Amino acid sequence: MREVAIIGIGDTKFGELWDMSFRQLGIQAGLAAVADANLTSEEIDALYVGNMSAGKYIEQEHIGALIADYSGMARDHIPATRVEAAGASGGLAFRQGYIAVASGMHDIVVVGGAEKMTDVGDVLSGEIQATAADQQWETTFGATFPALHAMIARRHMFKYGTTREQLASVAVKNHKHGSLNPKAQFQKEIKLDAVIKAAPVAEPLGMFDCAPVSDGAAAVVLCPLERARKYTDTPVKVLGSGQASDTLALAHRKSITQFDATSIAARQAFKQAGIAASDVQIAEVHYNFTISEILAIEDLGFFPKGTGGKATQDGLTSLGAKLAVNTSGGLKARGDPMGATGIAQVVELVTQLRGEAGKRQVSGAERALAQNVGGTGATVVVNILGRVN
Amino acid sequence: MAVARFWRENEPRYNLTGAKCGNCGRLYFPPRTVCPVCHRKSIGKMGPFKLQGTGEVITFSVVHDAPSQFELQKPYVIAIIQMDEGIRVTGQVIDCDPAEVNIGMKVQAVIRRLGEEGASGIIYYGYKFMPLTPPAAPRPPE
Ligand SMILES: [Zn+2]
Repeated sequence: MREVAIIGIGDTKFGELWDMSFRQLGIQAGLAAVADANLTSEEIDALYVGNMSAGKYIEQEHIGALIADYSGMARDHIPATRVEAAGASGGLAFRQGYIAVASGMHDIVVVGGAEKMTDVGDVLSGEIQATAADQQWETTFGATFPALHAMIARRHMFKYGTTREQLASVAVKNHKHGSLNPKAQFQKEIKLDAVIKAAPVAEPLGMFDCAPVSDGAAAVVLCPLERARKYTDTPVKVLGSGQASDTLALAHRKSITQFDATSIAARQAFKQAGIAASDVQIAEVHYNFTISEILAIEDLGFFPKGTGGKATQDGLTSLGAKLAVNTSGGLKARGDPMGATGIAQVVELVTQLRGEAGKRQVSGAERALAQNVGGTGATVVVNILGRVN
Repeated sequence: MAVARFWRENEPRYNLTGAKCGNCGRLYFPPRTVCPVCHRKSIGKMGPFKLQGTGEVITFSVVHDAPSQFELQKPYVIAIIQMDEGIRVTGQVIDCDPAEVNIGMKVQAVIRRLGEEGASGIIYYGYKFMPLTPPAAPRPPE
């Protein structure tokens, strides 16, 4: 396998972007990444696009060809592949692009992720989100996507003594991080009390425990590490990548308070990278609900099982700590346009590793990890990145 | 949901019929064609297995933001039930105040209307759970 570098990044603002279409979003992020890598379009060998549900959100499938076409590459006839794994679509697309370059099949690969969610109403949007769960054995019986996570939260509270305040402290910390990110959907800090007293969505989770509906796109450019200096002075290396799956329905797992797929994907990625969890300074984890971040930091091995809530409350995952989690603001504050989310995580980590993160910069960061989750943990992708010195 | 899809799932939803692996004896609900432990050895050996219908709540949520199909029922309780056979099932807990539901609560399955298919108007049924009525205490001798 060849070593692979990220040589370009690009993204759009996340939020309710009424004036931008799906294709405009995808193209804006893609062109920004290509410009950042100082590439010409003719050099691109392949395109991968993470997208969860354009068919339901905008009644458009065949997203790979669509993005290639409107990015001006139809005449080049490059292979363009859409990758879908619900909320993990972006992270998985990144991994596919990584494998394509590492294997030697392609040299220059653009990986994008995009979703346009706000063209449908809130109720329909929730129903589309729930298609990531088991339609026949969860959703049909009244389980919503927030409710499945609420059930994880309640059991975690029961089993480990995690408190409502600890759940809320995840949102408070990430909104603080988001307030330092000019691209975040929400750039206002929130108070613990406001999170706890917010309108209930699925008890014990309320409005501020749940990621918003977002439009947005993000993209990166990959190439063999040995060629990276031709394009950029600040290449970031892919140190390791892992992917794992689990039962589609939450109830069918051995445990509902941990995502085994996270632990297994992380083990693969750490092994490949030759490092341990304690060697990571920054992590972008799949924080679609407050409980999800607590599970993530435990299952990735950053904190012992059951202590993620306390660690967050104690500030051990805030900017300035030895490990900073979700410096972008994460899915709840940065925004969560499904297919774009996994790529946006990588964009944030590269920005940090390059030392270009402005007010939220983690100084001296060498290694960073992204964890991207589909459904309630039925797909998990973990990618580890590092500075090239 | 298409009509055909709804009919295919009818029997397990009405009868809580899962599958038992003829190779290792493990139980599954919903029924599976392949045992995740025995893999190929289980093919053709997965027989039907009927759950008794009793179990206990291991976690739950009170749902306030509901899909259109459940709009009229909110707030309602969705739960994961550990059935007495050791299998876990996701379903609603009904016929009680949401505030009374707790982890460890004993429940029993009942067949209720689950929803109504918008376009086709088909009403479909399946299991929900209600608090298990404690067995009546024996009458003291007169
Ligand atoms: Zn078996």
